Amino acid sequence: MASRRVKITFPEVLVGRPLIYKLGSMFDIVTSIRRADVGPETGWVILELQGEEEEIKKAVDWALEQGVRVDPITGDVIEG
Amino acid sequence: MAFASALHCRECGREYPIEPNYVCDFCFGPLEVTYDYDAIRKSTSREKISSGPMDMWRYDDFLPVSRENAVNLGTGMTPLLKADNLGKMLGLNNLWLKNDAVNPTYSFKDRVVTVATTKALEFGFKTLACASTGNLAGSVAAHGAKAGMETLVFIPANLEYGKIIGASVYGPTVVTINGSYDDVNRLCSELADNHAWAVVNINMRPYYSEGSKTLAYEVAEQLGWRAPDHVVAPLASGSLFTKIWKGFNEFADIGLIDAVRTTMHGAQAVGCSPIVKAFDSGLMHAKPEVPDTVAKSLGIGNPADAYYVLKILKETGGSAIGVPEDEVGENMILLAETEGIFAETAGGVVISALKRMAKEGRFDPDETVVAYITGNGLKTQEVVASSVHPINIEPNVEAFEEKVLGANSN
Repeated sequence: MASRRVKITFPEVLVGRPLIYKLGSMFDIVTSIRRADVGPETGWVILELQGEEEEIKKAVDWALEQGVRVDPITGDVIEG
Repeated sequence: MAFASALHCRECGREYPIEPNYVCDFCFGPLEVTYDYDAIRKSTSREKISSGPMDMWRYDDFLPVSRENAVNLGTGMTPLLKADNLGKMLGLNNLWLKNDAVNPTYSFKDRVVTVATTKALEFGFKTLACASTGNLAGSVAAHGAKAGMETLVFIPANLEYGKIIGASVYGPTVVTINGSYDDVNRLCSELADNHAWAVVNINMRPYYSEGSKTLAYEVAEQLGWRAPDHVVAPLASGSLFTKIWKGFNEFADIGLIDAVRTTMHGAQAVGCSPIVKAFDSGLMHAKPEVPDTVAKSLGIGNPADAYYVLKILKETGGSAIGVPEDEVGENMILLAETEGIFAETAGGVVISALKRMAKEGRFDPDETVVAYITGNGLKTQEVVASSVHPINIEPNVEAFEEKVLGANSN
């Protein structure tokens, strides 16, 4: 069982979509929300994804295809 | 000696032991070092600090490792210069420049990396690593060499060759990665989670970032034990900015300086300005963006400490300034021509923001303003290359008189 901690950022057009629910129902992964701030124009959710590595990867790729950002919770790790 | 007592979560406050850990297991918030301030109060004094070594380790009471074990290239106690020429131009009688371009690898990164490397050795790590587009790579490679550690530096494959050499010369394993900026970020984050490396700005981050506090301590000491009225500093991840603020406040809490009334101002180039955009929109979280700026050392599109920067800006009544890309090189030259400091692009960003704020009357002419210059211009020469026009002459006096003296008299 693998785990990945990510921050998902929603653009305005996707704020109302049940994306986290779909991640859990379409893929064999468990989503565990730790912090979030969702408003009418934008929103972010910090959560843990647990499951098989391949399944997590598929879920993240699907989320990216929907138009959200999926980033490591560290923010950018590449520095100047 | 070191008085670090625990790590605490900056979001929920939970405490963790001093270990190579960077994120709260409960809320995934970032961890920060907590100190035994009562013990520091008893141990430290202005006299003790003043008689310490002439580098940043004179402040080791406030760092998470002690100087006896420091992997030290002689970082810190960089000049705080009174900028009379630039000050006169901007109508500021007390403008000061903290010149961190003169550190061992020519940027402020040596402050954070010396702390991270020392702590990594203390934890027993054999490998030091980072992902970087410039300054950090050079500093990690140099400190890894000094510490005798295996060193891994990850860089985007399209990085300028000069920067690859700047890190490679110290003998690390340099890995160039194909892919977009986001791809490189994601891969490095995953690698860090799956290997027993000390990645300076990931699992060493709580310790690493503490090194930036010395930028505040030095300025306070160099100003005669006081905090300035205004600070202007560059914004990338936001870590440097928040730690400067923390440093001044720690000094005040311990009683080394009076209460801090500093107004904090941050600057980014518009090609990567998520914090400025959030500030301008009244948001407390930055929307990630892909960097496209000449100020590459500030090119962090998803800044980890954006929220904390925005909080400080709000608390101190400061401002976040977005600098047009074409002003960056222009102001690198202005700084060089007025004060004799060749700063990298981040310095051009800071001077440009300083100029704008002075013009808008944000400073009282007699207030003490400190602008932070965080890296050396020799690293980003390409930005000002087109503005350099040497006069070429034949080897005779007539040619000199005609082309040089003649040109100057026109």
